[in-house]
Amino acid sequence: MNLKPETLSKIDEVITHYPTKRSATLPLLHLIQEDVGHLPPDTSEWVAAKLELQPINVLEVITFYPMFRQKPIGRRHIKVCRTLSCALLGGYKTCAAFEKEFHTHLGEVSPDGEVTVDFVECLASCGTAPVVMIDDELHEKVDCAKAKQLSDQIKAEAKKR
Amino acid sequence: MPAPEQHRIIFKHIDEPGYTNDIGCYLRNGGYEVLKKAVARKPEDIIDEVKKSGLRGRGGAGFPCGVKWGLVDRKSGKPIYLIVNADESEPGTFKDRYIMHQDPHQLIESTMISCFANNVKQAYIYIRGEMPHGARILEKAIAEARVANFVGPNILGTGYSCEIFVHRGAGAYICGEETGLIESLEGKRANPRIKPPYFPAVLGLYQCPTIVNNVETLCHVKYIAEHGGAEYAKIGTPGNTGTRIFCVSGHVQRPGYYEFPAGTITMGQLLNEVCGGPLPGRKFKAVIPGGSSAKILRFGERFKGKRKVGTELVDYDWGVEDVPMDFDSLGMIGTMGGSGGVIVMDDTVNMVEALANINAFYSHESCGQCTPCREGSLWMKKITSRMVHGQARNEDAALLKSVADQIPGRTICAFGEACSWPTQSFIAKFGDEFKQYPETKKTAKPADAVALV
Repeated sequence: MNLKPETLSKIDEVITHYPTKRSATLPLLHLIQEDVGHLPPDTSEWVAAKLELQPINVLEVITFYPMFRQKPIGRRHIKVCRTLSCALLGGYKTCAAFEKEFHTHLGEVSPDGEVTVDFVECLASCGTAPVVMIDDELHEKVDCAKAKQLSDQIKAEAKKR
Repeated sequence: MPAPEQHRIIFKHIDEPGYTNDIGCYLRNGGYEVLKKAVARKPEDIIDEVKKSGLRGRGGAGFPCGVKWGLVDRKSGKPIYLIVNADESEPGTFKDRYIMHQDPHQLIESTMISCFANNVKQAYIYIRGEMPHGARILEKAIAEARVANFVGPNILGTGYSCEIFVHRGAGAYICGEETGLIESLEGKRANPRIKPPYFPAVLGLYQCPTIVNNVETLCHVKYIAEHGGAEYAKIGTPGNTGTRIFCVSGHVQRPGYYEFPAGTITMGQLLNEVCGGPLPGRKFKAVIPGGSSAKILRFGERFKGKRKVGTELVDYDWGVEDVPMDFDSLGMIGTMGGSGGVIVMDDTVNMVEALANINAFYSHESCGQCTPCREGSLWMKKITSRMVHGQARNEDAALLKSVADQIPGRTICAFGEACSWPTQSFIAKFGDEFKQYPETKKTAKPADAVALV
C-alpha cells in the first residue's frame, strides 16, 4: 500500500475518534479510496493490520457498501440517480445521454479512460430531479441538454491535460 | 379553503439571500444563545420540555422523541451516546440535506443541547456517503464551534464536556435503520440488530445506551429548549405538534420543500396550491405520501370512517385531496406520513413500471441477513422487471402479492415492511392496471415516454 503522507496522518487522526479501532474501518476505506482511486487488493490486509482485525472483517465491509470499489474507474465518476423521483423526470434518458457522449456502458471505463458512468440509488435531492453527481459535485435538473453540456465540459478539461 | 401560510422554524434561513453557513453568520442571527441558556438549566428540565412538546421523530417512524429519551438506561454507569441520523436516503426525502449544507450550526447547537440534556459526552453525526460536501461543511462547523467553546472540553465554563465527530456512510440505505447504523458506526456491515435485546436505549453503540435522532428532529429540540414544550405544542394539532417539512417531488409544477404547522394542510392544498398543481395538460394519478415505502394513494379513491376530534367521534369521508398531512390522518387511511417525502405521479405513468422502479431500489438495498426480505425483494424486482422488459402474464399480480405478503413480520427490521408495502398497495389500488398490462404492452408507447426501469 503506497499512500500519501497526508493520507497516513489523516488515518492516524481519525482512529482517535472512536473508543474501539474497528469503528475506523469505513473512514479508513474512504481515505484509501480517495487517495488511490479505488481499493487495491491488499486493502483488507493493510486496514486489518492497522485496526487489529482479521482481513475478512474488512473485506466483508468493502463488499457490503456500494460506494467502495475494488477496481479502477475512469478519471471522472458520473453517478446518475436511478430512483423514482428522478426516473419520473427522465433520469434514464439522462443516463443514456452520458453513455452516448462517452461511448460507454454502465459500470465500464469509457474507451478514452475519461469517465465511468454509473446508476446509483436516491441521492436525496428529489426536488431538483433528475440529479447527477460528478465526483463530489451534485448537479441538479440534468436533462439531456445539460448532460451534453456537462459532458462537453469534462471533454474540454480532458483536452487541457 | 386556501392553504395556510408556511411557518418556517427549522427552514427559517434556508435559501435566505446572504445567509452563509459559517459561525459568524449564525451568531449574527442569534445563534448559540439557546445553548448558552440551556447549559445553565437542569438537564431534566430540558427533557421534560421535550416530553411536553409532543415532538415526534421526523425520520420516518414518528416515534415520540421524549419517550425515546425516557427509555435511555441512565443507571448502567456506562457512557450514553447520541447519534445524529443524517443518513437521509428514503427516496423522495430531501430536507436534512439543506439543513446540513446551509445551516449546519443549527444542527450543531441542537445536538449540543440534546447531549447536555441527556448527559452525553460523545456524539456522532452519521452522514450518508453521497454527501461529501455536507460532511466537510459539518466538520468545519464543528471546528468553528470548538474554537468558540460550544463544543469540546468545559463548554462555556460549565465543566460539561462533549465532543462531536462526523462519520461518513458509504452508500447503504439500511444505515438509516438505527441498529444498522450502529453496526455500521462500529465498523461492520450494517445488518440491523434484533430487538429485544438490542434496543439502542439500553444496548446500543458499543453495547452502551444510545440515542439515535434524525437531523430535523434534533433541530426541533432547539426550538423547544428556546420556547418551551407547551409553546411548541401550540403549533400544529394535538398529537401532531410542531411543524412538518414536506419534500415534494415528481409530477408537480413546483417541487421543493415546504414547512407547515403539522396537520394544518391537506394533500390537495399542498399539491394544487403550494406546488402549483399538475404539469400542463396532465392529471394527478397517484401519490406516495411519506417516502417510497409508504403505501400509495390513488386519486379518486375515498376514505370513510370515524375519527376523534377532541373527545368526540366524528365521521369522515375524504378524497385523497382532503386528507390532512399528519401522522395520524395518513395512518388512518392506511398509509403513513413517514419522512415527509411526497412523490407525485400523473396520468402519463404506468403503475407497473413505477413499481418496477421502486422494487429495484429495495432489492438493491436489502442487507440480506433475513431470507424473506433478501429473496422476496429480489423476486418482486425480477417479476416486475420481467413484466416491463419481457413477457407479462395475467397471473403476475397475484404472484407479486403472494411474495409481498410473506415478508412483513418475518424480518429483523422494518425493511421487510418497507419493501413489501409498495407492492401490496400498488396491487390493491391499481390491480386493474397490472391485469391489463399484457394488453397495454401491445400498444406502442408515445415517443416522449419516460422509462422508469
